[in-house]
Amino acid sequence: MTDITQKYANLAPTTAQKFRQRVLPFLALAVVLAIIPMSGPSGTAYTLLNVMGINIVFALSYNMLLGRGGLLSFGHAVYFGLGGFAAVHAMDAIGSAESGFWANYPIFFLPVIGFAGGALAGAVIGWPSCKRAGTPFAMISLGIAELIAAAGLMFGSIFGGEEGVTGDRMVGHEVFGLSLGPTSEVYWFIAFWTFVGVAGMFAFTRTPLGKLSEATRDNPERVEFIGYNPTRVRYLVFIFAGAFAGLSGGMAAVNYEIFTPEALSLVPSGLVLLMAYIGGIRYFTGPILGAILLTYMQSMLSDFTEAWLLYLGLLFICIVMFAPGGLAGVLYGFTDALRAGKLGEVIGRWAGQAIGSALALFGMIILVEVAVHWSNGFGETFEPYGLHLTFGNPLTWVLIVVPVVAGIVILRRLANTEEGVIA
Amino acid sequence: METFVPSLLNGVIYGLLLFMLSSGLTLIFSMMGVLNFAHASFYMLGAYFAYTITQSTNFWFALILAPILAGLVGAGVEKWGLRKVHANGHVAELLFTFGLAYLIDEIVKIIWGRNAVNYRIPEALDFTIFRLYGSDYPAYRIFMLFVAISMLVALWFLLKKTRAGLIIQAALTHPHMVGHLGHNVPRIFMTVFGAGCALAGLAGVIGGNYLVTEPSMAVLMGPIVFVVVVVGGMGSLEGAFIASILLGLLQTLAISVDTTFGEIFGFLGLSGTSEVGSISIASLAPMIPFLMLVLILMIRPRGLMGDREF
Repeated sequence: MTDITQKYANLAPTTAQKFRQRVLPFLALAVVLAIIPMSGPSGTAYTLLNVMGINIVFALSYNMLLGRGGLLSFGHAVYFGLGGFAAVHAMDAIGSAESGFWANYPIFFLPVIGFAGGALAGAVIGWPSCKRAGTPFAMISLGIAELIAAAGLMFGSIFGGEEGVTGDRMVGHEVFGLSLGPTSEVYWFIAFWTFVGVAGMFAFTRTPLGKLSEATRDNPERVEFIGYNPTRVRYLVFIFAGAFAGLSGGMAAVNYEIFTPEALSLVPSGLVLLMAYIGGIRYFTGPILGAILLTYMQSMLSDFTEAWLLYLGLLFICIVMFAPGGLAGVLYGFTDALRAGKLGEVIGRWAGQAIGSALALFGMIILVEVAVHWSNGFGETFEPYGLHLTFGNPLTWVLIVVPVVAGIVILRRLANTEEGVIA
Repeated sequence: METFVPSLLNGVIYGLLLFMLSSGLTLIFSMMGVLNFAHASFYMLGAYFAYTITQSTNFWFALILAPILAGLVGAGVEKWGLRKVHANGHVAELLFTFGLAYLIDEIVKIIWGRNAVNYRIPEALDFTIFRLYGSDYPAYRIFMLFVAISMLVALWFLLKKTRAGLIIQAALTHPHMVGHLGHNVPRIFMTVFGAGCALAGLAGVIGGNYLVTEPSMAVLMGPIVFVVVVVGGMGSLEGAFIASILLGLLQTLAISVDTTFGEIFGFLGLSGTSEVGSISIASLAPMIPFLMLVLILMIRPRGLMGDREF
């Protein structure tokens, strides 16, 4: 009976809980963003950090659709690109304006223009797209993305043709004493807007509209029963998602000072889908993790190996097949077990899974690397630690087959015992 | 006439090639509800397999072996990949095939290189079959027409006149009922998936040397195949056929029209030198499929001949 007589007030989070769950993470984010420059990063590190900030906002805006709204879009880069183009054109207007509105508009607030541009694009394109969810939505987004990408190359006066539109960020008024010249100053700009974007999108999840979008994802019929129109909810969420994508586009416009029609194409749309999904679409922090990891992979791993896209594809397929919660899901599973004090029960299995996956990965990496060096045809071979690995060398096959088989055996055995426990 | 008739013929051939690609996808889509993003990747695999086989033997072996290989790869993907993901819903399946398309692209780049391979029309078919309004018409295109039509007839016969076809048709709309009647539905799914991929592979074998065999061929063809399936309608091979031919004709004919917007809408005062006015119909050809896709989904979501909305 205690369950029923429980007062509603008891169910609400306490002030301390509210602080811990809603304020503390953002204080931590602000502190991290502020501390990073103190470690004295190099120019390359700053460049990487700036791209990460842009991608974090972009991936989060994508997750407003996929994770929160259940809308799979293949053309989210359209809003990133259109917001970015709006910002670049505004940048040019600021540079050439003698007086009036643009002359007084600081570059620092360009992402606001991007936000407006993305929202406008979302409002126009979202109208036909949002009538249906599921596969029709995905197909319409694909069709519209192809159309806009083709139009991007056709209308040179807006999108600048193949060369794109360039701008100069060191014009107009300075705010906060930032000239935005060196990348270290751009960092503060990116950090500020990343924080605004992340906080804004988190706040959105707490609004009635944000809650309704999750309800529409789970059961549109019941949303209709309680008196809301699912199409309208989807449309409004779509506009906001487009707006935040435009915000990241505005950040990118200032960071790169150039936008090409390439930014509207299916390639960045696919990449943002990978970021959000690999990170974990069921968690707010998932896309942040995914954006950080993929940006890092894109710039660092591509120096080590040409096959980084293959590894990315493999990672994505593995996540879809074995860990639908993404990286954040794995991480939260770990902390949840830690908090529930059940770590002892599951740690053995996790350790086994980690070892199995690592072994399989080891074999796969050797296979891929040997294959890549073979296919280049420069006569180079894969030579880790002085080993001379080619397809003719039996050692290569031992190093490929043994770890892969061992890894798969371990993983299968663990999967079987797990099923046995449940049965 | 001298541009119209050859364009018409080319359009029909391109349309039939599209149908060969999309017939498998339509079957898979209506049976499992999955739009297979990697379908065009099997088309690419078919072309590359054929290239490798022609290196050591000849084209005729490739014509038979390459689709079988592509079909086997497809069946394997269904059995060990898609079936596992099925429990997580349609979005997960769509994403799985999306990742698979990525993966096949990269693997093809590693095995066969980043540039186009020299996969050529067999010498036995490399001649002029007839002259059409003063220009030579290659025999290989007629051969493509022949292969596509024989495949069309074979598929129609298999689906409408055999017992296996009956079960497949039943499984398209009522998979549970078919399961209750004692048929192994997962195996039917696997077979249809494999057969669909084999058809895509066949399209690759005869299309790869007509067009170009390169790693980007899947990316170029993939979205167009989707358009055919969506425009044709769910569960309807007839619809897919009409949509393929329509798309083939529209695209081929549009390319041969040089008229610009300025010339068409000149009476409205649109100048031929302005940005919009200088756009020609030919340059819009690549956009036509996607315009059709968006319009159909907005106006008639079940497609031309579909029996249900998806």
